[in-house]
Amino acid sequence: MPLTQNDFAAIGLSLQLASLTTLLLLLLGTPLAWWLAHSRRRWSKRLVSALVALPLVLPPTVLGFYLLVLLGPHGWIGQLTQSLGLGTLTFSFSGLLIGAALCSLPFVVQPLQNAFEAIGRAPLEAAATLRASPLDSFFTVVVPLARPGFLTAATLSFAHTLGEFGVVLMIGGNIPGKTQVVAIQIYNHVEGMHYAQAHWLAGGMLLFSFLILLLLYAGRQNRQGWS
Amino acid sequence: MRRPVRPVLLVFALSSSLPSWAGSLQVAVAANFTAPFQALAPLFEQATGHQAVGAFAATGQLYAQIRHGAPFEVLLSADSSTPRRLIEEGEGVAASRFTYATGKLVLWSAQPDYLDGTPAALHAGKFRHLAIANPQTAPYGLAALQTLEQLGLREHLAERLVEGQSISQTQQFIASGNAELGFIALAQVYRDGRISSGSAWQVPANLHTPLHQDALLLNRGRDNPAAQAWLDFLQSPQAAEVIRAFGYDLAD
Amino acid sequence: MHDPAQIQARFVLQHPGFCLDIDLQLPGRGITALFGHSGSGKTSCLRCVAGLEQAGTGYLAVNGDCWQDSARGLFVPTYRRPIGYVFQEANLFAHLDVRDNLLYGSRRIPRAARQVALQQAVDLLGIGHLLQRLPGRLSGGERQRVGIARALLTSPRLLLMDEPLASLDLQRRQEVMPYLERLQRELDIPLLYVSHAPDEVARLADHLVVLEEGRVRACGPLQETLLRHDLPMFQEEDAQAVLHGLAGAFDEHYGLQAVQLDEQSRLLQPARQAVAPGTPLRLKVRARDVGLSLAQVQHSSLLNHLAVRVCDWQEVPQLSYVQVRLQLPGGQQLLARITRYSFDQLGIHSGQALWAQLKSVSLLNG
Repeated sequence: MPLTQNDFAAIGLSLQLASLTTLLLLLLGTPLAWWLAHSRRRWSKRLVSALVALPLVLPPTVLGFYLLVLLGPHGWIGQLTQSLGLGTLTFSFSGLLIGAALCSLPFVVQPLQNAFEAIGRAPLEAAATLRASPLDSFFTVVVPLARPGFLTAATLSFAHTLGEFGVVLMIGGNIPGKTQVVAIQIYNHVEGMHYAQAHWLAGGMLLFSFLILLLLYAGRQNRQGWS
Repeated sequence: MRRPVRPVLLVFALSSSLPSWAGSLQVAVAANFTAPFQALAPLFEQATGHQAVGAFAATGQLYAQIRHGAPFEVLLSADSSTPRRLIEEGEGVAASRFTYATGKLVLWSAQPDYLDGTPAALHAGKFRHLAIANPQTAPYGLAALQTLEQLGLREHLAERLVEGQSISQTQQFIASGNAELGFIALAQVYRDGRISSGSAWQVPANLHTPLHQDALLLNRGRDNPAAQAWLDFLQSPQAAEVIRAFGYDLAD
Repeated sequence: MHDPAQIQARFVLQHPGFCLDIDLQLPGRGITALFGHSGSGKTSCLRCVAGLEQAGTGYLAVNGDCWQDSARGLFVPTYRRPIGYVFQEANLFAHLDVRDNLLYGSRRIPRAARQVALQQAVDLLGIGHLLQRLPGRLSGGERQRVGIARALLTSPRLLLMDEPLASLDLQRRQEVMPYLERLQRELDIPLLYVSHAPDEVARLADHLVVLEEGRVRACGPLQETLLRHDLPMFQEEDAQAVLHGLAGAFDEHYGLQAVQLDEQSRLLQPARQAVAPGTPLRLKVRARDVGLSLAQVQHSSLLNHLAVRVCDWQEVPQLSYVQVRLQLPGGQQLLARITRYSFDQLGIHSGQALWAQLKSVSLLNG
């Protein structure tokens, strides 16, 4: 196998980025999806829904470009992080995490929102009449009922982050072990005319993504007949 | 024409801006040569009536596209090795290869006072990020690494290097302030005989292998008179003046 | 006002196209039916009591505890109210089996406050054989019984039921109804029961609230309220009275059960099996099944003849009937629907002594 040390570092980095992005998105996306599913403020809901869906239609380079500007020393996020003593986030793993999270946001929020909407208010009302506080009923009723939604959200976010390219290209800086993820490394190999390595990485990624999606769909079918 | 021109045909005739006897050609242009090409194309059209249409990308990308059947007729490469490789692979006309420009490397910062015409700031090292183009794919990136090597700074600064996938992306990193400084092509920041913005140090040519940029007639352009006309035009004194004005040297 | 064993509820709730504006004083025990057509506000009223809906202006005190007082900015959230709520669709948790559904609420109250044991609730509702099943594998009637048991297991101080039988067919209704009656007999928990079915109300309720377009149309003990002439639904075909009685002797040979309504009034009712003497029974008598005569009719196939006195009457204009309210010697009342012609022939006047013949009586429980 002609893979280099950098290639393996890139694989590790991609997996790490995908896992952390998924974790971060589940933490942030769940309350957001909950709010979208249950808020009665129609216009703010529409506004937020449209914003959340933007990464689906925008080329990642657009996000990448704005992130480059916003996270940079002259952008307001960059100025904020600098004033907090964090420096700027471009060319850093944290920067990639932010970028990847933005890109994968709709993949987490939409399945969760659908799941929450499908559950509706009825089980929550039942839980409330059975003495469960809102937080209690969220964890003992909503989370188990929305489990397929959570699985879909996590899988899609993981797989999509693994394949993230545009944003990483724009703000990563191709630093081995820090921002050089598999997708970028494949691009490097193609550009550098190292087609054998490109094939190994690209083929591996194809197979891996396919397996993840296969698991997702298999899991979905197994759950039919449930409830 | 004895018969009156039909209106439909008239519309066709008017909508085409090209005189019927002129040809057009597809030129694959290395990203660093974008600005000079855009200045040259209208002059070429004035001189010959032919239209040169450019596609701009990193040389590695252009190579991959040519190998996979992209309809380019002439390649303006950022190096000399890619045209040589294409000749070996039978994609181009060996006799047509020549150096149309020699690139100059510049260390550039978007901040007006950051560089003072010397590499002092590099040695001082008071920056977080130094941007270069990906040395695996971009000749200017390789030249930048060679320069750092010559200055004895390569090891020292390795941790702070960030790579753009092309020199235009490298310039973006610097222009947006995300990298305080970086190595790019002089042509990217050189207008009318001077550095147009920020501050710079022009890297002496002896610190890296020469950045010969070669042109090559590709197989698809073999029978297009416009392609040969373009190659001739590129070597004319008129073109040479433009190319120099953008900060390139010409091979003597 | 200062009797603690009562429920005071005052709600003003504004929704687009609907407004609930009620002020109720209800007994703090027994079954109170909230009756009305759909859109009358009965479910909204129940949800306000549960705190599932927050009325902009509202006051609610249940047997001495205040759960809402908008004047003081007090609103006890649903999960802190000691209620049990039975939903129209049982609303069980699909991911938990019956046992975990039942225990969901009881696990969340202090051990000391648990007055209903799992086994007790399971026995009461006859669901012992279902404990391991998921809700998806239960019939509608089974689901409702589990829903009721689940509510009971929180040892509520007030039970709220929102048309618990509405989603069931007749047979399932017959299956669940006895459990509701047992519940009331065995656990003394006040129950607010929303319904739009007069039969259910007649069978179960002690107290009746009639709602119409978000307002209270009538409120009082069931028997009295059923006989009020001014309530439109009781002028319709279903006008009826509910009589209470005690089981008497059972005639094995003819299969007839005697029911003593008061010292002088006794009914005979065909029945398949004997009811233990002294058991309280509830009977429904429809107005159109009651005939009147000046003297006791002899040699008739009708079994039941009761001596009554005329209280008052009301014309039913669309039907050209007169509905006469009658009183038994013991004070219970019933309605007779007779033609205008008969009314004049009999010369009916207030206080007049008459005989009522009952064509049909239905036993509501037992």
